[in-house]
Amino acid sequence: MDRLVLETLARDVASLTLQHIWIVFVAAASATVLGVSLGIAGTRSPSVRRYSIGFANITQTIPSLAMFGFLIPIPLIGGIGPRVAILSLILYALLPILRNTITGILSVEPAVRESAVAMGMTDRQLLRYVELPLAAPTILAGIRTAIVATIGTATIAAAIGAGGLGVLIFRGLASVDTLQILAGAIPAALLALLADGGMALLERRLRVER
Amino acid sequence: MLLGRSGSGKTTALRLVNRLLEYDSGEILFEDNDLRSLDPIALRRRIGYVIQEVGLLPHWTIAQNVALVPMLQRWPREKAEERVRELLEQVALPPEEFEGRYPRELSGGQRQRIGVARALAGNPSLLLFDEPFGALDPVTRRDMQRQFLRLREQYRTPAVFVTHDVAEAMALGTRIGVLDGGRLELIASPEEFRDASTPVARAFLDTLPGRGVRMGRSAPN
Repeated sequence: MDRLVLETLARDVASLTLQHIWIVFVAAASATVLGVSLGIAGTRSPSVRRYSIGFANITQTIPSLAMFGFLIPIPLIGGIGPRVAILSLILYALLPILRNTITGILSVEPAVRESAVAMGMTDRQLLRYVELPLAAPTILAGIRTAIVATIGTATIAAAIGAGGLGVLIFRGLASVDTLQILAGAIPAALLALLADGGMALLERRLRVER
Repeated sequence: MLLGRSGSGKTTALRLVNRLLEYDSGEILFEDNDLRSLDPIALRRRIGYVIQEVGLLPHWTIAQNVALVPMLQRWPREKAEERVRELLEQVALPPEEFEGRYPRELSGGQRQRIGVARALAGNPSLLLFDEPFGALDPVTRRDMQRQFLRLREQYRTPAVFVTHDVAEAMALGTRIGVLDGGRLELIASPEEFRDASTPVARAFLDTLPGRGVRMGRSAPN
């Protein structure tokens, strides 16, 4: 094959990979902030818990292309481009983070929580010194699931012009060019594996500490 | 000593004192102040609390666990460390050996000693014990009871102690209150209690060795 074609492809792969990482990072970081805060609120109030889990569950059932379809016509947040893509990735990433935050905090042993409260911890101190450290491995496992899934889903975001490695996949599909498809799919798969391994390592470190 | 059967309200009564539970009628006084007029956080830091499951923080070392209230009260570091070492000595767990360990590395009895040390750390004005030795084997329990008496001699901090073990109540208590269905049936010194005639007190006394039902063949006499 033409040397020029290969060089162009390599350059595309490099820049699209960076773009892909950026999209995933922004989405996962926002989902983490949102999911953990909402999760903490959910452990304090059963109604917040019910509604937030319900909401996150529903978003999970919407197919991603349909989600883009729903969001694009909405004024201010809608339109074509990375904004809508990131927003829907956040919505998808929310559930595992939210659910694991709630599970992690609620599964702190009742005797541990009770004695911490009885010794005079405020709610903030309880959260900071007891609940979050003990729930950290579970919360991290949720973030890990969310990141890996987001890396995959983000390839579809190219359909609405968000960029990322999906661009190569869609381009390859349209022109029946296996090389292009693989040039998008393989780096995406590698990214997912890398993120999964990195998070697993972090999780293990946190678990060993106790 | 609050003595009562399961469900008699003894734990509930205890938990009202440090406001883990709120009450809507009646009155509880702490140093002549109505409990509801006090800030619950400040109140709890002045009341040591020991429960059967201990509830040490599993991700904290023994030293950190004992220093919980001093930490919350922002004692200077030196003073807190000093206090931790002193307490570990008092509960017969040498600080050099135990300070840096984690709760899971301790036996049940050792963990409960740390529970007691933690409750004493902030020099509380009142101690609450909720069946603290209930989950321990009889030998360890006896050790802990001896230690309890020693520490009581030393600290003289008033304590409310919940138990369903009548022998424990009589050995450790200065006054025994018998709870039944959320009501105080009797309050008596251990000597008076021995001859009590109220139904629940009688039922408890009958469980003491040498009284009431005999198992197996009675000795020939």
